[in-house]
Amino acid sequence: MDRIPILKIGDVLLVTIQVDFHDRIAIALLEDLSEKIVDNSAKGVLIDISALEMVDSFMGRILGNISKTAKLLDCHCVLVGMQPAIAITITELGITLPGIYTALTAEDGMKLLTDMVKSKTNGKTSAKKQEAKWR
Amino acid sequence: MAVKSQEERSIANEDDILDVRNSVKRVTALLNFSLVNQTKIISAASELARNTLEHGKGGKSIIQLVTEPERIGIRLIFEDTGPGIPDLARALEDGYSTGRGMGLGLGGAKRLMDDFDIESKENEGTRVTVTKWTEKN
Amino acid sequence: MTRETAVPLHEMISGAKEEILTEWIKNQLSDKSRSKGVPEASLRNSSSEFIRLFEEAITKGNVDDIEKPEWEEMRHMLAELSATRASQGSTPSDTAKFIFSLKEPLFARLTPEKGQGNTEASAAVWQLSLLLDKLGLYTAETFQRTREAIIRRQQKEMLEMSTPVIKVWDGVVAVPLIGTLDSARTQIVMETLLQKIVDTGSRIAILDITGVPTVDTQTAQHLMKTVSATRLMGAECIISGIRPQIAQTIVHLGIDINDIVTKATMADAIKEALARGGWSFERHLESV
Repeated sequence: MDRIPILKIGDVLLVTIQVDFHDRIAIALLEDLSEKIVDNSAKGVLIDISALEMVDSFMGRILGNISKTAKLLDCHCVLVGMQPAIAITITELGITLPGIYTALTAEDGMKLLTDMVKSKTNGKTSAKKQEAKWR
Repeated sequence: MAVKSQEERSIANEDDILDVRNSVKRVTALLNFSLVNQTKIISAASELARNTLEHGKGGKSIIQLVTEPERIGIRLIFEDTGPGIPDLARALEDGYSTGRGMGLGLGGAKRLMDDFDIESKENEGTRVTVTKWTEKN
Repeated sequence: MTRETAVPLHEMISGAKEEILTEWIKNQLSDKSRSKGVPEASLRNSSSEFIRLFEEAITKGNVDDIEKPEWEEMRHMLAELSATRASQGSTPSDTAKFIFSLKEPLFARLTPEKGQGNTEASAAVWQLSLLLDKLGLYTAETFQRTREAIIRRQQKEMLEMSTPVIKVWDGVVAVPLIGTLDSARTQIVMETLLQKIVDTGSRIAILDITGVPTVDTQTAQHLMKTVSATRLMGAECIISGIRPQIAQTIVHLGIDINDIVTKATMADAIKEALARGGWSFERHLESV
């Protein structure tokens, strides 16, 4: 069965969704990712969806669940590279993806993750405040 | 409105949703829909196909290329012989879900397309017809 | 109906086709009010083409419904004629008159054949008259449809022109919205704005609504959609230029304003955007 590869870079897990993201693959990703976060004590997950051609409410829910699961496992999740057409479509559909952090590019997303992780470990500013800067 | 061509696909499992999506994508590209509209139509098709599978316990989709004097469009018909929708008005509301989605399927698909029509009879089935138009060029 | 005439309509015509055509053209050319834009040659051509297609179509028997396939070629020819005539400066009524003017020679030819007062002849006249009316009106309709298509295209172009997305700084884009914000307009604003965000890699987008006259529920929702789509892309939206009345409307409408960033003026919005990007400014009074 097709599975989406999960790459580990330092504290961060990198996922690039490139195949036709259908239901089974999506559910498998959610499972794989949860395990990998724990196995690697990852502090951040970066999901690149720039190659995705559409997101429907089912996928929206999976992406939301990934983010929530990550949060429970003490890990930040950032969605990067959403195409304008998809952003418009899912807004029209009514999907808002609350609580999901987004960034324009993988580079921006990586920076956002590093900042969030750093502020957390330093304990100076809470992650919440750091996030607020970008929200 | 005249139907220029049509293809039929059965929806019996999750892979069929992908097939419907790909067929729809081909037709929208053929009709020169803008990228945004293509994405909207494919997403609506995906939502409705999933409804057919999950609530209608499977059925079929008909993808049609339709024309009118001044415009051309894609019409998608999703039919099932499932339990039907007892409360149509409620099913069209956002956030009402009995399945695995976000409960945005019907209302969302309605917003993404130009025309929307639904017929449903309890214990007989549901038929959703949606159309998106573009100008002839 | 009276379609079952003893001698079919098309036979009455086909016998005298040349005569009818010659007289029709003569009548048209002698008409003082004829539009001078249409050259004689093209008038002759379209007249004989019309008669040919007309005969062909009625030979197939259908003289009631011009929407039927038998009339397809005719409709096609009329659509083209209407478009060419329009570009030559004819009004839609000129073009319709072209068709109506066929009645005179046609009916003149029908009546003597059957004799005055013949019921068959008057039935035929009545049928043909209705038919020609339909064809004439069809040209007018086509003309109107062509016009409407032009208007729609221009509207679309205007919409696109009226939403310039400006890059104001590295990582900051802005759209000054002017005029009513309906759903078609919002779509275009969203599309151009989001594309520009990708193209310029901007993290902040400023929506200035100083030029938006009124904000109702719909408009407010459209604005919110733009804000959330921008956010999904990974950028932040600042709304500026909210006039006092509009602020009151938004509050009144009960829209969730907790996660919208707003600024009074575009200048404030730009200042905020730059501050977030880590830029700071200093004014050197001595150099002023």
